[in-house]
Amino acid sequence: MKTLQKVSILFLSTLIFTACSNDDDNPLPVNEEEVITTLTATLTPVGGGATITLQTRDLDGDGPNPPVVTVSGPLAVNTTYSGNLILLNETESPAELINVEIEEEDEDHQFFFQASNGIATFNYVDFDGNGDPVGLAFTLTTTATPGSGNITITLRHELNKGAGGVSEGDITNAGGETDIQAVFAVTVQ
Amino acid sequence: MKYYVLIVACCLVNMSFSQNCKSKFFGEVHDFHNGTPIVGAVIYIETLDKYTTTDFNGKFSMDNLCDGKITIVVSHIACDTKRLNLHINGDTYYEVNLEHHIEELDEIRVEGSTITKLTKTSQETLLKSDAIERFSAFSLGDALKQISGVSSINTGNSIVKPVINGLHSSRIIVMTNGVRLQDQEWGIEHAPNIDLNTAGSINVIKGANALAYGGDAIGGVIVLKPSTISLKDSLYGKTIVSGQTNGRGYSLNSSLTKTYQKGWYVAAQASMKGFGDFEAPDYSLTNTGLNSKGLSFNSGYKTFEQGFNVYYSYINNEIGILKSSHIGNIEDLVNAINNQQPLVVDDFSYDINAPRQDVTHHIIKADFYKRFKKFGRLEVQYDFQNNQRFEYDIRVGDDRDKPAIDLTLKTHSVRTSLKLDSKSKIAYEFGVNAVLQNNFANPDTGVRRLIPDYNKFDAGIFSLAMLRLNENTNFDFGIRYDYNRIDAKKFYITSRWIERGYDEDFGDIVIDDFGTQLLTNPVLEYHNVSASAGISHKLNDKHSVIFNYGLSNRAPNPSELFSDGLHHSAARIELGDLRIQQETSNRVSGTYQYGNNSLLINLEAFYNHINDYIFLAPTGVEQTIRGAFPVWGYEQTNAALYGIDLTANYEFNTQWSFNHKSSFIRGRDLSQNQALIDMPSFKTVNILGYSNEKWLNFNSELQSEFVLRQDNFPDNNYEVFIPTTEELVLVDVSTPPPAYHLMHFQSDITLNLSPKTDLNIGLNVTNIFNISYREYLNRLRYFADDLGRNIMLQLKLNY
Repeated sequence: MKTLQKVSILFLSTLIFTACSNDDDNPLPVNEEEVITTLTATLTPVGGGATITLQTRDLDGDGPNPPVVTVSGPLAVNTTYSGNLILLNETESPAELINVEIEEEDEDHQFFFQASNGIATFNYVDFDGNGDPVGLAFTLTTTATPGSGNITITLRHELNKGAGGVSEGDITNAGGETDIQAVFAVTVQ
Repeated sequence: MKYYVLIVACCLVNMSFSQNCKSKFFGEVHDFHNGTPIVGAVIYIETLDKYTTTDFNGKFSMDNLCDGKITIVVSHIACDTKRLNLHINGDTYYEVNLEHHIEELDEIRVEGSTITKLTKTSQETLLKSDAIERFSAFSLGDALKQISGVSSINTGNSIVKPVINGLHSSRIIVMTNGVRLQDQEWGIEHAPNIDLNTAGSINVIKGANALAYGGDAIGGVIVLKPSTISLKDSLYGKTIVSGQTNGRGYSLNSSLTKTYQKGWYVAAQASMKGFGDFEAPDYSLTNTGLNSKGLSFNSGYKTFEQGFNVYYSYINNEIGILKSSHIGNIEDLVNAINNQQPLVVDDFSYDINAPRQDVTHHIIKADFYKRFKKFGRLEVQYDFQNNQRFEYDIRVGDDRDKPAIDLTLKTHSVRTSLKLDSKSKIAYEFGVNAVLQNNFANPDTGVRRLIPDYNKFDAGIFSLAMLRLNENTNFDFGIRYDYNRIDAKKFYITSRWIERGYDEDFGDIVIDDFGTQLLTNPVLEYHNVSASAGISHKLNDKHSVIFNYGLSNRAPNPSELFSDGLHHSAARIELGDLRIQQETSNRVSGTYQYGNNSLLINLEAFYNHINDYIFLAPTGVEQTIRGAFPVWGYEQTNAALYGIDLTANYEFNTQWSFNHKSSFIRGRDLSQNQALIDMPSFKTVNILGYSNEKWLNFNSELQSEFVLRQDNFPDNNYEVFIPTTEELVLVDVSTPPPAYHLMHFQSDITLNLSPKTDLNIGLNVTNIFNISYREYLNRLRYFADDLGRNIMLQLKLNY
């Protein structure tokens, strides 16, 4: 019987194991550093005229809200636009300019431009140290015939710039990882 | 020898001083467990070379002894021999308690899948050291696949998670040297942080019938134990070295053990592995290298009556993940699936770059046990585990070398159990345990936390009864209650909080508002009851049967509750749900065993009905700046899993043998009347073995492994618009890969270098014909083929 008592005491003592106190310090929020919330393409007609902006803005990142895509107006036919891209992380205040990172690591990044229904063609203006295109600056030339279609801007990183057609702007063999894929419905008139 | 000299010296000293040589030495020998007298025990006075035996009442006596110290050895068939130093001073009475080996009422364990040993009542298989050492260079998951009904779910070839009867991760408990492994086991890419080389034996118990370990093991329990320590003065060790062609790597494991007759022991073990890129038959699997380091230390004191054990283990795994599997959006996934080979194939390299994992796990344990005469055995244990997981993604800019995931999981646990085994027909075991766990997600990653910071408290209490109805029939019954409480601090993106409807159901748990993010404090509690009952019956010398039933409840894990974000290699958004409740499994199983001199058969069947089975299902598509992503959310359904596992072994003669293993399983979602995802397909393994002792203990095996295509799968394919090609494309994430057939060969010889040293040389060839194949349960099957031929040479030195 004594044994039973001893055992019970040992047994119960482990039951009295109590939870430690919670530390009440709340965790700090994480503002995603690599998030790109906003892509703005500014298209300025080379010979003068109305500047057009294409923008996609997704303030909740991977959250449920879809990006807000805006196209400021129609493009003019048979016109060459000088284009540049601004990428922002607007979850931070002030907004972080992502262009800086891309310029620093331009050999690992490339934008691709595509237009459906043949409404426009594109040329790269900026190049990395190896002479391969980057695409933060580009030109867009619209067709001579009015129409409408989609302009798709894609950013890939860790891609294979040496693969066939990639330096001409063909995404087919590029590989890598997609950071941005934005589709703008555009009218040429 | 030293002791012998000492004893002789003692006797000489004693004799020179002793005058009285008329003393009587008498006493009784009892069974330690229940106090019954032991008849016919031999009492040998070593120092005087005199014998006597106990009578019908367990009594003995010897006359005309000189006063002084003597050493006696008490032995009895079916008992552990006991050696004692005594002092004779006049007539001396002594009571000896021997451990009578009725049956180790330890845990519910059956030896060998086909070795008929009808003392226990669950579906269980034991892997012995030979079967484990063969996999010294591989992982726990690889080694367990030898068991019929156990498969694995892989992320590449280095991250291998065991699957028992179709269930894995949180539905399986892994015990290592008495410690329940707490290593973020919820994730499919989180392999158990175990160095297989620390195990001397592994028991796999299918189903939730081992309630002493936990009530939530709906799939089963894996118990790893260090090699048994024998009580003799000895120093021994083992070194295993292997080199292999695939991965161009090595594996080294060495251990040294010192034991003392008095019960003290100390053992140390260390292992290292290093591999470069592995190879599929047609290409190199870029960035699949592996570096692993392990260390363990085991020491203590062990006698039948009492003992303690202190244990420390460390393991670090740095695992490269196939570079091509890291993708940014659906279009990348479509490209990967449509390409017949990985998009990135570089030359062989030992470098491990992002994506990669770097995981470190420490275990510290101390336990103590004591047996009380005619009562039972009490055990108390404390353990602490620290799991540090870093996952590195392909990142850019300043974040390039920063981990994307940095989680530290700390777990303290205490448990105590009491076994009452003084009666020969019935034994009881009671136990309580408490676990306190803290998870810390480092915000410095610059990536939103995958798993939030939390504190978790678990407490459990159980009671088991093991009844021996007669020579041929055993009955077990157990019941257990568990309480789980999780107190988390989690950030939600405000838009997600609203989309999930949490603002209505959980509005009161928001503790801070950061504009785009909300800090919440979910506190969730679960009460779980589990029970098990089993009966084993030996029909005659050849036939026996086991039936059992298990009820178990599993509370949702942090991933099922809190997941919230983009999963890169799957290109999908995965969402947990705070509303998820525990799942309940009712499993019935039956086993038939047949054994004669040459044929052994073990046939196991089970039906597992799981209410509120927690699983990931596609729920829709969301647009982001990277394009569209499918959303997969954790949901609950009623499910049924059922199957048959067969093992048969036939010995033609002493040299030739044939072994067959096959397993069949089906998983059904009963609510939606469709197949469950990720169920192992039908697999059959046939092995032809040849051994010849005369040829340096030559053993060889030719193995055929045939895996059928999984034809039962849910169709989770979806269509997505690919802007760059302006096409609507079907993303085929569901269709399983075709059937495959692989051949393997292994052989070994043993050289006796000296009476205490032997060298075993083994040659293993896997996938002899270099067949290209993909396995349904490999998460990287979309991106690359599985491993090609591997030739491995293994040297095993026992000394």
